[in-house]
Amino acid sequence: MSMENSKTSIFKKVLMALSGLFLLIFLLQHFIINFLSVINPDAFNDVSHFMGTNPLIQFIMQPILMLGVVLHLVMGVVIEQRNRAARPIKYAYNKPDKNSSWMSRNMIITGVMVILFLGLHFYDFWLPEIKTKFIDGDFSGKLAGAEGYRYFTELQHKFMSPVRIIIYCLAFVFLALHLLHGFQSAFQTVGLNHNKYTPTIKKIGNLYAVLIPLGFIFIAVFHFINASH
Amino acid sequence: MSTEKGLNITLKVWRQKNAQAKGQLDTYEMKDVSPNNSFLEMLDILNDDLINQGDNPVAFDHDCREGICGACSLHINGEPHGPGRNVTTCQLHMREFQDGETIYIEPFRAKAFPVIKDLIVDRSALDRIQHAGGYISVNTSGNTQDANAIPIEKENADKAFDAATCIGCGACVAACKNASASLFVSAKVSQFALLPQGQVEAKDRVLNMVKQAEAEGFGPCSNTGACEIECPKGISIENIARMNREFLSASLTK
Ligand code: HEM
Ligand code: SF4
Ligand code: FES
Repeated sequence: MSMENSKTSIFKKVLMALSGLFLLIFLLQHFIINFLSVINPDAFNDVSHFMGTNPLIQFIMQPILMLGVVLHLVMGVVIEQRNRAARPIKYAYNKPDKNSSWMSRNMIITGVMVILFLGLHFYDFWLPEIKTKFIDGDFSGKLAGAEGYRYFTELQHKFMSPVRIIIYCLAFVFLALHLLHGFQSAFQTVGLNHNKYTPTIKKIGNLYAVLIPLGFIFIAVFHFINASH
Repeated sequence: MSTEKGLNITLKVWRQKNAQAKGQLDTYEMKDVSPNNSFLEMLDILNDDLINQGDNPVAFDHDCREGICGACSLHINGEPHGPGRNVTTCQLHMREFQDGETIYIEPFRAKAFPVIKDLIVDRSALDRIQHAGGYISVNTSGNTQDANAIPIEKENADKAFDAATCIGCGACVAACKNASASLFVSAKVSQFALLPQGQVEAKDRVLNMVKQAEAEGFGPCSNTGACEIECPKGISIENIARMNREFLSASLTK
């Protein structure tokens, strides 16, 4: 591949699509683990400990995930600049709703809302983990003097604040909007559009975009209600 | 002819002296417009009135007036070629509008489509994209092979034909929030990519046309689908996926 080709917007959009698809798989995995906290706290603890201490996940998958987020974010900003530059003078009177969805036109807004939430999420969960493990050197996954793993207790603790819950729920609404367009868009970008498969991809995309964020919201509200009793 | 009631309408028309001038929306009242007039006929009547009053007529592009040349343009009430579907402005009729309606008429807006005067924009960027690869090289030696002698799968022949119906009007660019020419480029790439004759130059074609489109200042594709809704020829964004596919596979070796 020549440098020239990789400078094109198509190439950059393919990177966005591939990182987006990777994030979709990651998010599904994340959801399944979180859902364990509802149906089986012990299993949630075990899997959390595995994910938090397994070297393959810690030192291979986690950096790939970081790279994916950064790539997606950087390309999104670059693409957005090019999007805007292509029409310096706007229409005085425009009816974009007649030909396209709000979601498809506002990926940068919904995307930025998601990254803002990710910032909070890192502060809440990821930074404390890093501190416990790599600064305090505690890989036990247990609180001092406690019997079982600490992950479930920590999760419950985080979901006690109503403000957190509201921010959390809002973030997933934005994610749903992002994915209602993004899921099927990623397939189109990498060149997969076929009358035999595309209608199914769109259906699965809509299901994913609604059910997964709704599932995360359910988990948060579930723990909030449980904790306040 | 028709006994239908004439329409009274208010026009807000973009007037701009030349490429450098600033330009603004001017208001014109039109009385008793026949619903059977085409949109361009309505503008002809406006221009007759303006000329009779000693004013400058509104400059707008048009040629065939039967929906096949791609010369007419106009962003009408917030949509390229107006509210109709699968029609060009010249095939749009005043019966699509209500009595008493205000109609906004603006030029197609894109960095790559600079305004020349009033509603006329320079769409030669699309020509330059074509020159970058939208052709097949054939020897005109007198013994050129008859194209029909090569068997082509019916489905591909139909899709190539559909893509070839693009008239290069630029409505896809005008509709796109990113002023992307992806639908146009993909139609021009697809009409050859689907045929055996197009294979020889396939890689250079897609690479060069895509790069030319970017050099002209057209934006990236966000897959909003606005283009295919507004395209007067109903070109499908399936072609954009094909273009991306062609681009990626050509990139692997070029
Ligand atoms: C980090 C915050 C995020 C930002 C700033 C962001 C931004 C964007 C933007 C601007 C686009 C559209 C580009 C365009 O077509 O014009 C996009 C597409 C997409 N995003 Fe995100 N996004 C973010 C997070 C995510 C997450 C967490 C996921 C998945 C779980 C995701 C999945 C996708 C997918 C699948 C696409 C479609 C790619 C395509 O159109 O080809 N994004 N994103
Ligand atoms: S693809 Fe459709 S809208 Fe775009 S230039 Fe061709 S005919 Fe016009
Ligand atoms: S004037 Fe030829 S297509 Fe409208």
